[in-house]
Amino acid sequence: MSNPTTTEIVARAQELYEDLNFTAAREWKDAEPGRKVIGYLPVYIPRELIHAAGFLPLGIMGGGDNLEVIHGDAYYQSYICRIPRSTVELGVSGRVDFVDGMLFPSICDVIRNLSGMWKMLFPEVYSKYFDVPQTYKDEVGGTFYIGEMRELLHDLEELAGRKITDDDINASIAAYNENRQLVNELYALRAAVPWQAPASEAYLIIRAGLALPVQKPSVMLRQYIDAAKAEERPMKDNSKVVVTGMFCEQPPLNLIKSLELSGCYVVDDDFMLVSRWLTKDVPTDGDPVYELSQAFLHHSMSTAAKYEPDLAEKGQFLVRSVRETGAEGVIFASTSFCDPALLDRPMLQNVLKDADIPFIAFKYAENSGQMQPIREQAGTFVDSIKLWSAA
Amino acid sequence: MKPSIVKAQPGDVEKDASMIKQKQMMAAHYERLSNAPETGEKVASTFVPGNLNELLMCFDLVNNLPEVNAIQSGLRKKSGQYIMEAERAGHSEDVCTYVKSDIGMMMKGNIGPNGRELPKPDVLLLSYTGCFTFLKWFELLREQYKCPTIFLQTPYMADGKVTPNMIQYMVKQFKETVIPTLEEVSGVKFDIDRLREYLAKSAKAEDDLVYILETGKNKPSPIDAYFGGIYYIGPIFGAFRGTDDAIDYYKFLREEVDQRMLKGLGPVTPDGPMGEEKYRLVVEGPPNYTSFRQFWKMFYEEGATVVASSYTKVGGTYDYGFRHDPDRPLESLAEYCLGVYTNRSLPMRIDMLTDYINEYEADGLLINSIKSCNSFSAGQLLIMREVEKRTGKPAAFIETDLVDPRYFSAANVKNRLESYFQMVEQKRSGKGAAA
Ligand code: SF4
Ligand code: SF4
Repeated sequence: MSNPTTTEIVARAQELYEDLNFTAAREWKDAEPGRKVIGYLPVYIPRELIHAAGFLPLGIMGGGDNLEVIHGDAYYQSYICRIPRSTVELGVSGRVDFVDGMLFPSICDVIRNLSGMWKMLFPEVYSKYFDVPQTYKDEVGGTFYIGEMRELLHDLEELAGRKITDDDINASIAAYNENRQLVNELYALRAAVPWQAPASEAYLIIRAGLALPVQKPSVMLRQYIDAAKAEERPMKDNSKVVVTGMFCEQPPLNLIKSLELSGCYVVDDDFMLVSRWLTKDVPTDGDPVYELSQAFLHHSMSTAAKYEPDLAEKGQFLVRSVRETGAEGVIFASTSFCDPALLDRPMLQNVLKDADIPFIAFKYAENSGQMQPIREQAGTFVDSIKLWSAA
Repeated sequence: MKPSIVKAQPGDVEKDASMIKQKQMMAAHYERLSNAPETGEKVASTFVPGNLNELLMCFDLVNNLPEVNAIQSGLRKKSGQYIMEAERAGHSEDVCTYVKSDIGMMMKGNIGPNGRELPKPDVLLLSYTGCFTFLKWFELLREQYKCPTIFLQTPYMADGKVTPNMIQYMVKQFKETVIPTLEEVSGVKFDIDRLREYLAKSAKAEDDLVYILETGKNKPSPIDAYFGGIYYIGPIFGAFRGTDDAIDYYKFLREEVDQRMLKGLGPVTPDGPMGEEKYRLVVEGPPNYTSFRQFWKMFYEEGATVVASSYTKVGGTYDYGFRHDPDRPLESLAEYCLGVYTNRSLPMRIDMLTDYINEYEADGLLINSIKSCNSFSAGQLLIMREVEKRTGKPAAFIETDLVDPRYFSAANVKNRLESYFQMVEQKRSGKGAAA
């Protein structure tokens, strides 16, 4: 069978991305009795544990710009970001009624409070706020995190009606290691030849993967990478940029496309960090929960939702990203009313100033419709980068 | 050096000795802070929820609370310009205004309420309790002050219970990082007996605080548990928990409240004793500080007394039985942090507000939703509906900000309040359904 083309793969991914009834996950669940689906929100959940229970971890990244929010606005004031209200909308409209559990990671007070709201709104569904350490010593934060993971495992065992063994978890770790390697390969490809694998396509491929059992997205990623490498696509006179601030509420696809249309090659980003949160392979031959905790403590991404204990390290992840991808500037795209992103922004901008890296900033919401101002701002930025590098 | 004790004069009891006492305490504290560069006292900045005042005192550190400074800036009508200053420097209009007020104040010379410069902190005790913004706030301060920063994580009480894993995590943090770093910064060796001594004092004052807050159950209530309550919690939520000053303050206050209760009097307002108690309210959410008096007046003019509030629990939920315990010093500090209101899950908050309405025989719930505070505000609309459903009492929602004057619209608030009081009346006369 010949490898599908990028167009075909992207079309399938877009279909999955646009399907707010999560048909693929429903079908997976219905295919065999006893199957369960556990939803999770940004930014990070050890999906390995859910997978090890034989369940499908389903990434719920808000409702995006295709969801009409009818009930959600009755739950949130206008000065709170969009993702919780569209997530509530998904819940009360029955779109996630097949989900057997919901995990709310520790990311900010909005998601934290949403975890309690979910308990009130859907008392019959298992839901859990998943706390993670913000201190990184093995015997302190590490021990706490192991305890939290064990609690989650215990709950998952109850839902599964069986014990989850270390072998189960190690097998899942291997599957997610492979998936992360592929995601990283795609990012590396994007950084090297962004015209072959544009951000808007890569976004869809990775996003679609959050709605499928891990083996399927891995196949999709492999196919896409191969196809993107094989096809000849025109190279444009775009500038390479890194975008940051989109780690929770997702940008509308049009926003990413608008950046591309205005002359940006987005070579790195913080979309859906869950898919590459752990920056190294997790060993598959040890105590798996311990290994997952080690990976979290010592080999995980930086983001605004995480405390940086070392002042000298603050924001350096962004500088490294720029250097490693050969980017020429950074775009701070933050969700409106997002305290984590917006409070972090000035600190990151100071780090960029010191490193002589140009940047711009704007805000968006998952349902932003008007792209013209963003396009203009990004276009001007690209022009100035070009002038700057020519000078 | 131990904190100095300010003595109120005998005979002050009749003329609100507690108020005088508190004024003296606050003034002395700000002077102590301002004098720190000369006296050589070291300063720790930290937060109200998860405030570890007793522990800081063990290291002779002076406690500086940026949240309280922001409140002071709000009350003195300075926060507006500070916030603008911070926004001009690149801070977003969308984020917590306490942070911007603090940063703007810093940019304008860090002048405290005493008109003197506040000292640079020697250490930032980032007690990450009940609010995500704290984490970013102190990262921002660390960037400026470049001083040692201690991170203490309080796990979130999402399932309504404190687990052994949570306590062990916190105690380990105390032992492995918090205490050793405080020793290093201060040069003072940790003495657990000294901590026990302070904790015993805390518990004593806490008993009186609870007694005072619970007098709100009387009819009429001798206290206003929101506008007045903000003053009552000052010493215990701030830099005085564990001191003799706090014990004295609450003793005086208790006597005054007892006297008012005996005489069947209501709360004291800025315009003198309150008239007839017409409405008894439970309030959820912080107040607005930039128009604090005007805001309060809208209540007492209508005969509305707040008999219980959640805001007076942000620095500890003592009325739910918690006391600092000298026999379990570190565990007790951990439990204290875990239990503060903003570290409680939404279902716990709903239970608490429902209990208050029932136990304090209130007419209903009023939510003051703060534009820039996700910790409180996210989920309040559900809280409102749920409490209304459970109690059958009407609830209402108003929107202001803590210290950003741009978000206090007096006319809007007044309108909302007036219709709310009408709703309460209708409910009483059995005419209208809850809105
Ligand atoms: S967008 Fe920001 S504020 Fe909103 S839920 Fe996500 S992290 Fe929290
Ligand atoms: S609790 Fe609210 S007002 Fe206080 S610091 Fe946090 S976000 Fe700001």
